[in-house]
Amino acid sequence: MDILNSLWAGFAVAALPINLALIVGGCFAGTLIGALPGLGPVNGVAILIPLTFAFGLDATSSMILLSAVYYGCMYGGRISAILLNIPGDEPAIMTTLDGFPMARKGQAADALAISGVASFIGATLATIGLTLFAPLLAKAAIYFGPADYFALYVMAFATIGGITGSDPRKTLLAALLGLMLGTVGLDPSTGVARYTFGSFNLYDGFDPIVALVGLFAISEILFFLEARAHGGGLVPKGSVFPRFSRIREGLGASFRGSIIGFIAGILPGAGASLGAVMSYSFEKRISDKGTFGKGDPRGVAAPEAGNNAASGGALIPMLTLGVPGSGTTAVMLAMLISLNIQPGPLLFQRSPDLVWGLVAALYLANFVLLVLNLPLIGLFTRVLGLPAWGLMPLVVAISYLGVYAITHAAFDLMVMVGFGILGFVLRKLDFSLVPVVLGLLLGMDMENNLRRALSISGGDFLILLQSPIALAIYALTAAFLALSLWLSRRRMMPIPETED
Amino acid sequence: MIWKLNGLKVAGIGAAMLFALPALGAECIAPADPGGGWDFTCREVGRLLSEEKLVDGNVQVTNMPGGVGAVAWANVASKRADDPELIVATSTVGVTQIAQGKYPSDIGTMRWLAMLGADVGIIAVAKDSPYESLDQLLEALKADPASVVTSGSTGAGGWDHIRLMMLAQAAGIEDLTGIRWVQFDGGGPAVTQMMGGQVQVVSADLGEIKGFVESGDIRVLAVLSDQPVSAFPDLPTAKSQGYDVTGYNWRGFYTGGDVSDEDYQAWVDKLQKLYESDGWQETARSSGLEPIWRGGQEFADYVAQQEKEMADISRRIGVIQ
Repeated sequence: MDILNSLWAGFAVAALPINLALIVGGCFAGTLIGALPGLGPVNGVAILIPLTFAFGLDATSSMILLSAVYYGCMYGGRISAILLNIPGDEPAIMTTLDGFPMARKGQAADALAISGVASFIGATLATIGLTLFAPLLAKAAIYFGPADYFALYVMAFATIGGITGSDPRKTLLAALLGLMLGTVGLDPSTGVARYTFGSFNLYDGFDPIVALVGLFAISEILFFLEARAHGGGLVPKGSVFPRFSRIREGLGASFRGSIIGFIAGILPGAGASLGAVMSYSFEKRISDKGTFGKGDPRGVAAPEAGNNAASGGALIPMLTLGVPGSGTTAVMLAMLISLNIQPGPLLFQRSPDLVWGLVAALYLANFVLLVLNLPLIGLFTRVLGLPAWGLMPLVVAISYLGVYAITHAAFDLMVMVGFGILGFVLRKLDFSLVPVVLGLLLGMDMENNLRRALSISGGDFLILLQSPIALAIYALTAAFLALSLWLSRRRMMPIPETED
Repeated sequence: MIWKLNGLKVAGIGAAMLFALPALGAECIAPADPGGGWDFTCREVGRLLSEEKLVDGNVQVTNMPGGVGAVAWANVASKRADDPELIVATSTVGVTQIAQGKYPSDIGTMRWLAMLGADVGIIAVAKDSPYESLDQLLEALKADPASVVTSGSTGAGGWDHIRLMMLAQAAGIEDLTGIRWVQFDGGGPAVTQMMGGQVQVVSADLGEIKGFVESGDIRVLAVLSDQPVSAFPDLPTAKSQGYDVTGYNWRGFYTGGDVSDEDYQAWVDKLQKLYESDGWQETARSSGLEPIWRGGQEFADYVAQQEKEMADISRRIGVIQ
């Protein structure tokens, strides 16, 4: 009952006119920031911090605004992923796999509606989880050590082989390429330069978001130029109204994806991208009938529910321990400190208005986002009706601006173009680009946790197998792989009869 | 058609607003991910500079993590050496790295502006740890250096690590390299890993993990300051327990090496005004920093001196030859 009373008091805070206005404004800005390639929640939140100071907002209102932007970005990332095959931010990568094929079939409106509802389900379930179990879950999450995180990343990479439609060997090769590219730069634990060839510019390594924009946006434009030369066209516009019967198809996947994403979100050091990857690969294993990767609604619903649930989950370590579960929550924590609120285990007791006001605002933000996003589907799909000579240069301009706004370095524009050419070549060779980005994105964390585990054990690799949590994850991975082998063998049987 | 135009306009205005904002006025680079000490320095000082009307508009904070500040250093040295609008947050941690040759160039590459305060190092264990005092911990390390896993937010040879090594050396432990050290992405993650039983000791700045000290989730065995800190007067200093070791982590700024004398002096003056403001004195204290001012040439000399001392310590503990 305590929780319900606190939540009720929280709604009283969130329903203040100023806070309601911030929720609506934040949701809209977030959706837009999320949809623009390159700009994601971290930048969105960081850009808005000076605004909160300029308006003289108090801590609760500031957090409400930033959280609304954060949730909004998670909704927005899917839009360009579905319509243009260009993920708006990292966690939306998985949404391109089935979202864009749906748009190609003229079902862009359906895909947007399915992913909008999935986002709503994921974020709402995560917020409910946050409301009911936050302190409990945070206590469980601290028992995750470096060896366990390493096991989690092993699981993610073990399942990557099956996530794309193309040859699993090519998928693994692409992931390896991403892992290799991820080693470029200064080694965080020792400061030693790796594969930088004496260039300071490479000390940063490759920023995953620059690689992502290059691989997806720039290569898309190269493809468009080539297709135009051969007389090809854009994707068909299709209906601008979603069919509600199709939304139902994604519901089961949304619930499953939410749970997986939520767990990934709670663990500081995992996060939304991992949540989306795991949700998609799990969904594909259990329900693929050869339709995934070709525009299956469940392949859109699962990762979107997953990454939204993970964002909600990431707020748990932030609020209960003062430890960021993602880059965005780290920025939000820094802002709390600026406002003289000390994050940490005592936040719930000392600032109940802030915590519960924020939680209540998240519920409201979810409804606002759903209400905002469903009618906008018509507007978004009209983007596909834009003449290509207008749309494509706009995409190029936004890509350049987005990357430069994040890195402030012209060198990174060259890196982006380099990745664009790499993406073009890889796609010509029928490689999926998703595993390249995942290798780059997740590889670094995987390596860091491996090295932490080995520092603890003094170099003894047995530590990786001594934690019961890690063993459970490895067992789960093995079961997962066995299940998918069994399923694919069963699936193989009838195919020769039906095909031809 | 009207819809299309409106959509385009909305997108255009939105994009223009987003990209116009970062272009305004002064910029502070935090050479770390958001949430850490350098990020805090940039955001606090940036906020106060703007509140005290010392700069026009807001100060944009850019996070440029990597290589314990080496990435930002290299970036400023190669691309923004003459940018008069730019300041970069740094601290004792950065000077440690320079002293050990882990930055692409030496301290003369940059112009050192000022320090505004210092954070105090602490040695902490979990609340249910068997170690009740610094003596007990150091005795255990002496008996078997590999028996206790220690951690902090810097890599091996970084300031968190060196402070602990200085204590170990003061306790007469010979096998310094036998002590296990784990790097985490900040004091907070290190403490939660300690609460989860992965590591037994955290060496960090007090400001980073203040929340856990207040909540009683960790036991502070020693603060590495001359006097007890004002915010937590009950925490024992290492000196009071017979170990003559202090480990301050000052917070300050540098700017590019090609910035003109006028622009350099203008920044020093602005930062001094900021230091003297009530806002800073209050902010510093409430976040566990002791306000200390050194600016201009005095600060540059201090950094040079500290770099030399740091190189000596690193040599003694075998981090560099």
